[in-house]
Amino acid sequence: MSEAANIEAIPGDNSTLAYDVARVRADFPILTQEVFGHPLVYLDSAASAQKPRQVIEAMDDAYQTHYSNVHRGVHRMSQLCTDAFEAGRETVARYINAGSSDEIVFTRNATEALNLVADCFGRAFLKAGDEVIISTLEHHSNIVPWQLLRTRFGIDLKIAPIDDDGNFLLDEFEALLGPKTRLVAMTHVSNAIGTIVPIKEVIARAHARDIPVLVDGSQSAQHMTVDVQDMDADFYAFTGHKIYGPTGIGVLYGKSERLNALPPYQGGGEMIASVTFEKSEFKDAPHRFEAGTPAIVEAIGLGAAIDYVESLGRDNIAAHESGILAYATQRLGEVPGLTVIGRARDKASIVSFVMESAHAHDIGTIVDRAGVAVRTGHHCAQPLLQRLGLNATARASFGIYNTREDVDALVEALGAVTEIFG
Amino acid sequence: MLDDLRELYQEVILDHGRSPRNHRHPEDANRHAQGNNPICGDTLSVYLAIGEDGVIRDAAFEGKGCAISIASASMMTGMLKGKTEAQARALFENFHDMCTNDDFDLDALDDDADDLDRLKVLSGVRQFPMRVKCATLAWHTMSAAITGEDKTSTE
Repeated sequence: MSEAANIEAIPGDNSTLAYDVARVRADFPILTQEVFGHPLVYLDSAASAQKPRQVIEAMDDAYQTHYSNVHRGVHRMSQLCTDAFEAGRETVARYINAGSSDEIVFTRNATEALNLVADCFGRAFLKAGDEVIISTLEHHSNIVPWQLLRTRFGIDLKIAPIDDDGNFLLDEFEALLGPKTRLVAMTHVSNAIGTIVPIKEVIARAHARDIPVLVDGSQSAQHMTVDVQDMDADFYAFTGHKIYGPTGIGVLYGKSERLNALPPYQGGGEMIASVTFEKSEFKDAPHRFEAGTPAIVEAIGLGAAIDYVESLGRDNIAAHESGILAYATQRLGEVPGLTVIGRARDKASIVSFVMESAHAHDIGTIVDRAGVAVRTGHHCAQPLLQRLGLNATARASFGIYNTREDVDALVEALGAVTEIFG
Repeated sequence: MLDDLRELYQEVILDHGRSPRNHRHPEDANRHAQGNNPICGDTLSVYLAIGEDGVIRDAAFEGKGCAISIASASMMTGMLKGKTEAQARALFENFHDMCTNDDFDLDALDDDADDLDRLKVLSGVRQFPMRVKCATLAWHTMSAAITGEDKTSTE
């Protein structure tokens, strides 16, 4: 703990024994690529993170030595592959401290996990006039599914506010909880401006009124220790590709009793106990929600990604990233005409910014020519940007492999923006 | 690095981007459409005043966006006045071709050669495929306004 505190005290210092960023970088083959003659500086991990060779090799190995469909054949390959697939589920359960691996549903991504809850919870429990609470900070994937439910069942959507710095306003949120509130669906970390929502407190206040909470963990699972039991989340969604794993695999955690109270999501093989033409009996969670052949090798890859992250140590990662965040906030703040957007007290390693002279899109194009990859635009959070009075920002997001030199490269590349746009 | 970028951000573009022409809402506009670039969230409104003879009397726009999209809207609105709907569409087709087709040959054109010669400063987006939509947003919107669609998108 004291070690983590020390690392935090020195912005961007990566040279601790606990965390060897050079060794981490060596695990990511793509980081040796050049872009327009410059070394790749990848500052877009919040959109999708790069993959270490441990993940690439685990997936390669699965295809080459133990691939088959899962949960079916009696043959050897099917057994080996089922074991590897289910080991991925066990790894996920351990990673977020689920009570059991039966509480881990594999989905395509976090978006599908959120849609799964919206669809199944909506069909089971929601009717006209019922309320679902989200926040201003949400990604479109935690807005649109509820709007679809509004159209379908006539529910109302309530929006928990933020202040001008992007801080989540807990008391204002609590004031929205009422007799018609059926569910809170809330992001843990803002993808656009990095705000960390005090999610444990959100859940406590909702639970005090017996209202369940779905957490969008798309931007938290890779940055901090997530303990779904300590948090007491009813549902928690995250995605594989942002946690250094493959695309095509996401996770929905749900408390057993919550999951088993929901109707199936899609119908098909794998999710049934028995089928006659008259009726079907459904399996319990997680299989009830996993119709059809799943993303088998991706689940194996996700397990490998989590093993990799755990091998680095999640406290070490958090300390490393908070150092980079502090350094980036400081360096970017020194760039003339640049304003950092989102100054919440508690932030993950995401820095959004705008410049007086140039639109975010032009900034993105210009720094790209220096090999620096940032995201530009509304970050699929248009209502949030609107709340902040903006159309678009440029966003640098930092992961386990980023260094203060990466921040320096961004700042230097921004010099070209000033040079061109004045 | 700066050479490539200066090819994209030529002085004419920066000038139009900073001080866009025809950035207003004409009272006599009888056609309007809003264009949306979903990858960045930028929106532009294009207003046209078209006479009974089908000739565009006035063209203007409002909106926020990147230097490329604003410069393109600014230059486009300046060129549309006096053109028929069909001529405006034909110019868009040629401009789109110029922004996307490496084999585009300005000298092979009979019509629009002067306009396209001036628009050539925007053709730098060919080397920046993600930015083609920025250059064509105003044009898609203009085309939608002529057709009578309220909204359009570069998707």
